[in-house]
Amino acid sequence: MFESKSGIFLIAGLFFFALSFVVMGLLPWLMYIDEPEQTMEDLVADGVIHEFVDLAERFPDRFAKYFPDGVTRTSFAAALKRGHEIYVAEACWHCHTQQIRPVSGEDLRWGPVSHAREYQNVLQRPVLFGTRRVGPDLIREGARHGNDWHIAHFHTPVSVVPTSVMPRYSWFYDEDDYPNRDGMSIITYVQWLGSWLAEYPYYRGEGPAGVELGATDIITDAMVTP
Amino acid sequence: MTTVSPAIGEGVSGISSVRDLVNEKLVLWHFMASLTYVMIAMLAGFLYALQLQQLYPFPGIELFSPGRWRMVHTNGVAYGFIANAFLGALHWAVPRLTLRRVLSVKLSWFIFAAWQVVVLSTVVGLLTGYAQAVEWGETPIFIDPLAVVGLILVAINFLTPILKSEGPMYVTLWYFIAAFVWTVLVYAMGNYIPQFFVGGVASGAIAGLFIHDLVGLFVTPLGWGLMYYFVPIILKKPIWSHGLSLVGFWGLAFFYPLNGIHHFLYSPIPMFLQYGAVIATIAVELVVTTVVVNFFMTLRHRGDALRTNLAIRWFYIGMVFYFMTCLQCAFQVSLTFQKIIHFTDWVVGHSHLVMFGVFGFWILGMMVHLLPRLLGATGWYRSSWNEWHFWLTGISMLVMFFDLMIAGLVQGFMWKDLAVWEATLTASAPFWLIRTFSGVAIIVGQFFFISNILMTAVYKRPAEPSTEPVDTSAIDPVVAT
Repeated sequence: MFESKSGIFLIAGLFFFALSFVVMGLLPWLMYIDEPEQTMEDLVADGVIHEFVDLAERFPDRFAKYFPDGVTRTSFAAALKRGHEIYVAEACWHCHTQQIRPVSGEDLRWGPVSHAREYQNVLQRPVLFGTRRVGPDLIREGARHGNDWHIAHFHTPVSVVPTSVMPRYSWFYDEDDYPNRDGMSIITYVQWLGSWLAEYPYYRGEGPAGVELGATDIITDAMVTP
Repeated sequence: MTTVSPAIGEGVSGISSVRDLVNEKLVLWHFMASLTYVMIAMLAGFLYALQLQQLYPFPGIELFSPGRWRMVHTNGVAYGFIANAFLGALHWAVPRLTLRRVLSVKLSWFIFAAWQVVVLSTVVGLLTGYAQAVEWGETPIFIDPLAVVGLILVAINFLTPILKSEGPMYVTLWYFIAAFVWTVLVYAMGNYIPQFFVGGVASGAIAGLFIHDLVGLFVTPLGWGLMYYFVPIILKKPIWSHGLSLVGFWGLAFFYPLNGIHHFLYSPIPMFLQYGAVIATIAVELVVTTVVVNFFMTLRHRGDALRTNLAIRWFYIGMVFYFMTCLQCAFQVSLTFQKIIHFTDWVVGHSHLVMFGVFGFWILGMMVHLLPRLLGATGWYRSSWNEWHFWLTGISMLVMFFDLMIAGLVQGFMWKDLAVWEATLTASAPFWLIRTFSGVAIIVGQFFFISNILMTAVYKRPAEPSTEPVDTSAIDPVVAT
């Protein structure tokens, strides 16, 4: 059996692999089967984030060109989806994690420890836990910096963080160096990260002056109680 | 140098010499493709290292986005360099071990072409922004079906002669049979399930299983299978212990796949599964020890081969590195180490030592062994260039490994001490500089090798008469079944 073709084919090849899949894959899968995956509609159901409104306020003409619907849930969903695509395409997740561990003071640095529920949505398919932290974790990044900071940072990271080793993303900008659709989308996505927390945005003071915040403009309902 | 092995055709109709069995052109072409991709992958790695030095030569150009080139680096190594080299070596070894041709040489050429299409379109797809968020499975979604079909064809092509062969099977073929089954399953699982069937935490568990299985169930069994083939043939003595070979194979088959979740320790994946993965990983280290002991006992009384035979030297330094990475893994997988080293350069050093220091070195050893024969030459053009290749690559690999390991500790402890994030970048800078230089030295080493291949292909003989007697019998011995 241990040296026969059928033994190796069936036991080592098929059975041991199936066993490992059950233990290492199917088991965690079944454990969260009752935690439904949120769709894009679910994610924007509570409204749009403040920073998305801010982009519309800062760049009214360009925003109207890129998001003809204006500041709506549909536009917000489109921006999030595109931002997530860019995050994957540029492999942002190779240098930034989206996971706060309960060790090494990570909750002191970034905020509450990650909870499984936070990942049950379509923008975590496949999950973006990450693998290496050259730059900081991003799962609590939303509203930590203003849009202006991100606009400067994506364009020329060393202009705001001199020691940064992050690449420049010039193609997120139009010929006048204003963020284009991709630029607005990735900023929206990054600003959305962590916005589902009850205490969001606990590290932010007041909103920018002159911006009227409607009742539906900000996610107020906590989806997660950490 | 046409060698006809006397005993090879007995009992198998229509095959009178090894020339009828093995299509050496296929081996050569796969090796050349492999070397092409390893140079592209190393160049990509160099570019990314420059980014970390703030010296990126093409900033702000979309096609040269460093993040995309990082994926070219990892995928180029796995699917371009290692997969091609293994396919070539399989074409050399499987017919010799089974006394049968592969199912179809036409199919082999089709696989060769299809696989280059897969790798090239992966590179193009990654550079134009169609990556998939699965580590080492970034291959764009629309290329995955072709890759799966290619892997199934590879399995059919090689499993046919193996399943038809009679008599007891040699160890190598155990590893190969299992690897052909596993590779197809692993690739399909990792590229499809987390994308289309389940998201969130469970997709992380499966992606972790995929990363791990890609190394453990595709690269490792093919690599060890080839070691079990080449080492005894070159040393002209059998493997020390058949029993340990059995322990090594079945231990790997059982424990290795159970490690997946150890890539995401302290993540929201349930803790009891994390503990299970940790224990299985430490078990793998014990299994690995049996295999390494078996090979070093085989080397006993033939230690001179380390000096006289460069291929053996590549193989055994690779095995030393293999033991190092696995020992390192048994520690780094513990929750204590994970607090510090997770997400740091420690892990990057670990993966470089595994993929290049072990499997890359074995591949280079096989190439050193086979290429003069494949090129129709009587020997290497300059053996001194091969020595340069070996020592530059070997020393630089060690430097890079220890450099990144220490960098990882520095980063991890600074993070734990809540240092300002930017300070951890400043502290990493000297380590990244050393890493860049060690990488450059590795690339220079490969240039020695490639120049030697070109000169050997042109002149077909050594530049100066060798002082050592050329041992041609080792390259084409009687096939033992």
